[in-house]
Amino acid sequence: MRWLLLLLTKGFLCVWLAALPMLSQAEDADSNEGDSAAEEVFNFDEAVKGLDTKSYKVKGKKIQGIALSGHEKALDVLMPLSEGNLFAVKETGVIVEGIKEDSLYTVTDILSGEKIGQLKKKALRKIRINNKLRRQLRGLMAMLELTHPDDAVRLAAADNIIKSPTESMLPFLAQAIEKEEVSAIKDSMIIAQGIIWTTSDVTETRFKGVEAIGAHPHQAVKGALLRVLQKDEEGNYLEPNAYIIEAAEKGLLEYERQENVYKLIENLFFGLSAGSVLLLAAVGLAITFGVMGVINMAHGEMIMLGAYTTFVVQQLMPNSIEYSLFVAIPAAFIVSGLFGIAIERGVIRYLYGRPLETLLATFGISLILQQLVRSIFSPLNRAVITPEWMSGSWHVNGMLSLTYNRIYIVIFSVMVFVGLILLLKRTHFGLQMRAVTLNRPMASSMGIRTGWVDALTFGLGSGIAGIAGVAISQLTNVGPNLGQSYIIDSFMVVVFGGVGNLFGTLFGAMSLGIINKFAEPWTGAVLAKILILVAIILFIQRRPRGMFALKGRFVEA
Amino acid sequence: MTQHKKNWLKKAAAAATACTLSLSASMAIAADTIKVGVLHSLSGTMAISETTLKDTVLMMVEEQNKKGGLLGKKLEPVVVDPASNWPLFAEKTRELLEKEKVDVIFGCWTSVSRKSVLPVIEELNGLMFYPVQYEGEESSKNVFYTGAAPNQQAIPAVDYLMKDEGVKRWVLAGTDYVYPRTTNKILESYLKAKGVKAGDIMINYTPFGHSDWQTIVSDIKKFGSAGKKTAVVSTINGDANVPFYKELANQGISAEDIPVVAFSVGEEELSGFDTSPLVGHLAAWNYFQSVENDVNESFIKKWHGFTKDKKRVTNDPMEATYIGFKMWAKAVEKAGTTDVDKVRSNIYGVTVANLTGGKAKMLPNHHITKPVLIGEIQEDGQFDVVWETDGAVPGDAWTDFLPESAKIVSNWKDPKVACGNYNTETKKCSGQNY
Repeated sequence: MRWLLLLLTKGFLCVWLAALPMLSQAEDADSNEGDSAAEEVFNFDEAVKGLDTKSYKVKGKKIQGIALSGHEKALDVLMPLSEGNLFAVKETGVIVEGIKEDSLYTVTDILSGEKIGQLKKKALRKIRINNKLRRQLRGLMAMLELTHPDDAVRLAAADNIIKSPTESMLPFLAQAIEKEEVSAIKDSMIIAQGIIWTTSDVTETRFKGVEAIGAHPHQAVKGALLRVLQKDEEGNYLEPNAYIIEAAEKGLLEYERQENVYKLIENLFFGLSAGSVLLLAAVGLAITFGVMGVINMAHGEMIMLGAYTTFVVQQLMPNSIEYSLFVAIPAAFIVSGLFGIAIERGVIRYLYGRPLETLLATFGISLILQQLVRSIFSPLNRAVITPEWMSGSWHVNGMLSLTYNRIYIVIFSVMVFVGLILLLKRTHFGLQMRAVTLNRPMASSMGIRTGWVDALTFGLGSGIAGIAGVAISQLTNVGPNLGQSYIIDSFMVVVFGGVGNLFGTLFGAMSLGIINKFAEPWTGAVLAKILILVAIILFIQRRPRGMFALKGRFVEA
Repeated sequence: MTQHKKNWLKKAAAAATACTLSLSASMAIAADTIKVGVLHSLSGTMAISETTLKDTVLMMVEEQNKKGGLLGKKLEPVVVDPASNWPLFAEKTRELLEKEKVDVIFGCWTSVSRKSVLPVIEELNGLMFYPVQYEGEESSKNVFYTGAAPNQQAIPAVDYLMKDEGVKRWVLAGTDYVYPRTTNKILESYLKAKGVKAGDIMINYTPFGHSDWQTIVSDIKKFGSAGKKTAVVSTINGDANVPFYKELANQGISAEDIPVVAFSVGEEELSGFDTSPLVGHLAAWNYFQSVENDVNESFIKKWHGFTKDKKRVTNDPMEATYIGFKMWAKAVEKAGTTDVDKVRSNIYGVTVANLTGGKAKMLPNHHITKPVLIGEIQEDGQFDVVWETDGAVPGDAWTDFLPESAKIVSNWKDPKVACGNYNTETKKCSGQNY
């Protein structure tokens, strides 16, 4: 019996011993697969050539290989690939970087750095990438740039890793953190590392990760925390460790508290910027309608003319787009102003005191102007380029960023408003204008040419609408219908603020903008618009003269 | 016919071509031409999109006339302008059918304009080809839909995002009218059927021509920061797209983070602005100008020649117009007449080459087969195709993803059904309902 047992155990042991090398071999084979891929990658040139394939999957593998190879040229290949400048020459299959110059591509061999010359697009096959690859490239390139000498590049790299983190980046990150001397960049890197840690299999590492990211103001942090706090179908946490859950919940709570504060600031800014667009559009009308009493339905078209002027100016100075807006502002003022004067002299002056006919006549003019641009510029929208300095946004921190175009427009609208007030209050022309609106016969008998003052006032209102057009061309489409979308809003602002009062217009524009933006998240854009319209109608019922009504005997005139 | 008379005819035909080119219809030779009605807005908000289609029809007519017309007769285009005014579409349809007596109409863009044409065209038994992707849920006896139905655009696009991009959270953003609302209803029930929870779907509607996207884009950004891959499915229409994409770019939402797949943004819409910040955002169509093959190349060449502008782009509704025109011409030749009923019974099963290198076939439900392509926006305003269906997908008039529509089929060829809304449960047609 004992003998049998011994034999059995021995047998077992033998089998086990014999199997051991096989087992470890199997393990080796597994890790070898990774190694062989790496080995293949070490043949850098082959990997680069392999990019010229239709399969995105294969491309992804090659990209990974190129990035991890540590080859000095890795970035030189990945950079043009991510920018869409990597091609294969159809005839020879050589991988090249192609820079477009006019209709030809100047082509350089990516491996040897040798200039091949200029080729037509047809001779090249673009190495296409999709979003997935772009995401992968962004992360991998960032990883390679973590040790870049330029601070800005390193910071951007750390930020990009936060956005698309993968486990393979950890050693690179750890190295970079050790070397990093700028604390802001180091912090970002630590956050990136923390985010990767939160997906680790090791409980301690996960905990370290949650601790490291805390409530750092970056959207990816919130995403990582929410991932940690994921629940299954029955509402139980997927995370088994209670400490990690507690830490993550604490972080999330703090994050959301901060988020709410910044959300409020952001909403306020959105409201101000929406208000300043309204102000720009309405302030010209506040003069023509508010001060002169002309119901000018062609006001929107004056805005449109300003926008088209911007387009024409940009066409005329294609090499200095950065400065085009500074030329466009006076140009738009002059173009729209002259149109305004022509309309006043040609049509409106015969219709003073007959509001209904003015309304119809100016509506007709608006249609004529729309069709005019349709015939000259085609019914299609025209592309107005936004200068570099107006694109992008100002990152206050990870939770709050304000877009530059809106910031500039807020500043610009305030400048226009202040300029207009100064013009009315401090200049000779402003004095005459106010005199004519207050008491026309008296002004006339004082030797003021009221007819010309009317024309110039109308021109001023229209010119300012033109300036508004320059600003609006940076926000939305430049097309024949541009004006129509602003005319109703402009009238609303002027009536709400109080006809004839510029400060009323300022107040009206800002409050409508802010109310709209605070209502929108709750009600949606469509309902917010309707609610505001209803509110204004009710308000006008109570105060027919608007928020700041003019008082005095000239009101009825 | 005597030789003399033939010569006269030829001259008259030549004159007719000359006249049609200058768009002035000459009544004297009306009896000897086949009249082609063009019902696209040339003014108003939709002019931006529809003018192109008017030009496409004119180009096709010119080309057909160069080949000798149809049935030995020249084609004569009759262009009217419904001015983006929906009720005017109905009036202009009546004018085309009653006064001008056109043999076929190519027209409409928005669904609401098509809905306004339906009662008139069914009453007067006209024939219309509708070239734009739409929400489905319709199959009129008198309309042929050469644009995509939802299963030829929206559903494959969502599938692509789900499989290839691994999207888990969805923003359905659209302009507030019938096409986006119906499409989003279909998509919502499709997504839920695929296991997406209600909390992972955000639906948002905006008015026509919406230009202040700050809040919505910021909301999308916040919605997308929940740790799951998020994508936006956009049925935002027309002009509103430019400020939307600008705001996306300005707030730093790139395609790598939150891709936007659009159903109403094509080459034409992108020609209005600088696309460099949009690279990687997606569009789902059945045609892209960038598709490389000989048919497409020659089509683009003809288009550039016709418009005398090398920079003009082509787009999906143009291809649909092209297919519709070719199918109609083929059916007329097959029927030997332009009589509406005969053309209709002859058009089922007609196949023509589409511009992406495949074939389009007219189905008995008045829809056609189309390949579905997903393209990524490039810096030059063109699209790179990143995915396409294996073959052509047959258009489904009534979606399978809404319970009340799933049981309805359209088949105008089968004499047992012979309607556009046959209920397979009650075995009845519900009759006309617009």
